[in-house]
Amino acid sequence: MRDLYESQRAMRNMRKAAMQRGVVAILDVGTSKIACLVLRFDEAKPLDAEGVGSMAGQSSFRVIGAATTRSRGVRFGEVDAMQETERAIRTAVNAAQKMAQVRVDHVIACLSGARPRSYGLDGALDLEGGMVTEQDIAQVMASCDVPDYGDDREVLHAQPVNFALDNRSGMADPRGLVGNMLTTDMHMLTVDAVAVQNIFFCIKRCDLELAGLASSAYVSGMSSLVEDEQELGAACIDMGGGATGISVFMRKHMIYTDAVRMGGDHITSDISMGLQVPLATAERIKTFYGGVMATGMDDREMIEIGGNTGDWEHDRRTVSRAELIGIMRPRVEEILEEVRARLDAAGFEHLPSQKIVLTGGASQIPGLDGLATKILGQQVRLGRPLRVQGLPQAATGPAFAAAVGMTLFAANPQDEWWDFEIPADRNASRSFRRAVKWFKDNW
Amino acid sequence: MRSLIRRHPLERKAAAQSKNLRAPRDPAPSKWHYRYQRWMLTPGVRTAVRVGSPVAVIAIIASLWLSSDNNRALIGEKYASVKASLQQRPEFIMTEFNITGADPQTTADIAGILPVEFPVSSFDLDMEELRETVEQLYAIKSARVRVGENGLLDVDVTPRIAVAVWRDRNVLRLIDADGIIAGIIEERAERRDLPLIAGDGAFENIDEALTLFQTAEPLRERVRGLVRMGDRRWDLVLDRGQRLLLPADNPITALDRMIVLNDAQDMLDRDVAVVDMRNPKRAVLRMTAEAANAYRRVSDTGN
Repeated sequence: MRDLYESQRAMRNMRKAAMQRGVVAILDVGTSKIACLVLRFDEAKPLDAEGVGSMAGQSSFRVIGAATTRSRGVRFGEVDAMQETERAIRTAVNAAQKMAQVRVDHVIACLSGARPRSYGLDGALDLEGGMVTEQDIAQVMASCDVPDYGDDREVLHAQPVNFALDNRSGMADPRGLVGNMLTTDMHMLTVDAVAVQNIFFCIKRCDLELAGLASSAYVSGMSSLVEDEQELGAACIDMGGGATGISVFMRKHMIYTDAVRMGGDHITSDISMGLQVPLATAERIKTFYGGVMATGMDDREMIEIGGNTGDWEHDRRTVSRAELIGIMRPRVEEILEEVRARLDAAGFEHLPSQKIVLTGGASQIPGLDGLATKILGQQVRLGRPLRVQGLPQAATGPAFAAAVGMTLFAANPQDEWWDFEIPADRNASRSFRRAVKWFKDNW
Repeated sequence: MRSLIRRHPLERKAAAQSKNLRAPRDPAPSKWHYRYQRWMLTPGVRTAVRVGSPVAVIAIIASLWLSSDNNRALIGEKYASVKASLQQRPEFIMTEFNITGADPQTTADIAGILPVEFPVSSFDLDMEELRETVEQLYAIKSARVRVGENGLLDVDVTPRIAVAVWRDRNVLRLIDADGIIAGIIEERAERRDLPLIAGDGAFENIDEALTLFQTAEPLRERVRGLVRMGDRRWDLVLDRGQRLLLPADNPITALDRMIVLNDAQDMLDRDVAVVDMRNPKRAVLRMTAEAANAYRRVSDTGN
């Protein structure tokens, strides 16, 4: 746990430094595209007008550069070919920098794959009737018994979700309150350490500094779920290219995250295999004619699938849209059923509200909401990311949910475990002070 | 937003054909190009390129051009001719003196002493030097010289006001209140209104002399002048050859007593040659020779 504290604190300090410099880049390394946004942080200027507050505290920053490029060397949301990914990142960062006309040094990146796994932790601390101090909060979080998540995994998020003091639960900030027993619930998310290291090195090779790392499912949820959904409980399904992320929010905290290692690229490869066309053509056919709900009209709509072999018969092939839907639908159903299984395993049905929001690039398939309703339940909607200042129109679609979410993550991050004080028993001078306190109390 | 994804296959085909069926261009910048781009976006470098390079180019061109002597001389000539043409404009040409505050004689003196040849450009005049030249004149206490309107060179002088005439051997000089010579007169009759002083160091103690003259106002009709004796004390000379010898200390008090004495006993109307007031406790009279003889005769017959 020690090194995690230090690396995460180092990243946090770097993020602070970036904020002070005023410019930070957001890098969404996805399977199908790499998006880079350059943010400029200004002085927060409070609006005096009655009833008009800053939306989600996002008035303090502005997107000044944005670029997206086809991703290469990324599979299932993990870096697969370092050189290729590095080149793709360079392309995106370079273009975004050019648009912003400013050099960026600090990058906040997100991981969509890397096999996230959620853990719910709880810890308790006997306060002996005293007041809750910062130190007590650090202690109670340190008292959580951390499960053995494996050596090859790294903690990505560890957020205190809930504090309870004696019989009062659901506190966001128990500091200063008086009670006997302080308990906390914490959500910890671990990912493959190798994936984290790969993305870290990839960014380092681009002469950039990693100033923060987030789970893409989490940040998509931050940008796509509206406030009441986050409060009452909702799941955000981020259907990306190579992985579909699931994040469950409750009381504005992420309480569960998972990922299905299937996404839009699998649909494309299904089309490619089913229609015997190259992947690029399959992608094009999917985006232009794709769908999941066949109607009678679709039988008559013929799609030229083309080809450039020189064989006239081969190059003039056509396929009806119904056939295309027939290829796509089973894969989409498979993804959604897998998501359903993950949500069931997480106990999603016990939440007070069971809203499900579909976002991500693959959620743009026409008719997906109808299909998702059949599999995931009635409360399904398609989500688009929040609007942030300066974001180009081209980057407002659901495919940019994670990128936009990361801007919010950068602007007002949630408290993580390592943002609190280090517990006294881990600190030499503090432990001496504690010994003195013990003597005072007992003699 | 720049989208660097080339999706359309036709577009790619066209690109491939145009480049002799090579593989589609990779939009990724090379490592060094990427680093160069980042370097160029560094704020300091950006400023240096945006401001520094034009400045450097201009500086190089200018220094190359200036490296030739002819070009430098050309610039000097041009500068001089432009300067001259500007200074010789009619607006700056001075044609006449406008001397104010002085009597006609002094005015003529000033015009004569100033080394200015009209017409002249006001840029060529050294005002400070002109002012000092004017102030060298005895009759001028201070002067202000400035470029006035309509080509007039305004010389505004404050003349010295003579308060006394100082007989310096055979020359009659006018003295102002500061004890500075303000001019020369030929005859005493020219300035009958001014009191006369004489003797070594007389004009250095002009204040005291003026006070004495004021004190001697009741004797005004009879006062001829003050004589400084041994640069130490004053003699008040009256007509009929009478002298009042005043002490070095408190001459005014002594003179007051003298005047009071005169008011009471008309002493000075009598046949007295010298009244010696140098000893404040005891005034000493010296009578004229006739008076003394007469006195002696009267006393003899009286006995």
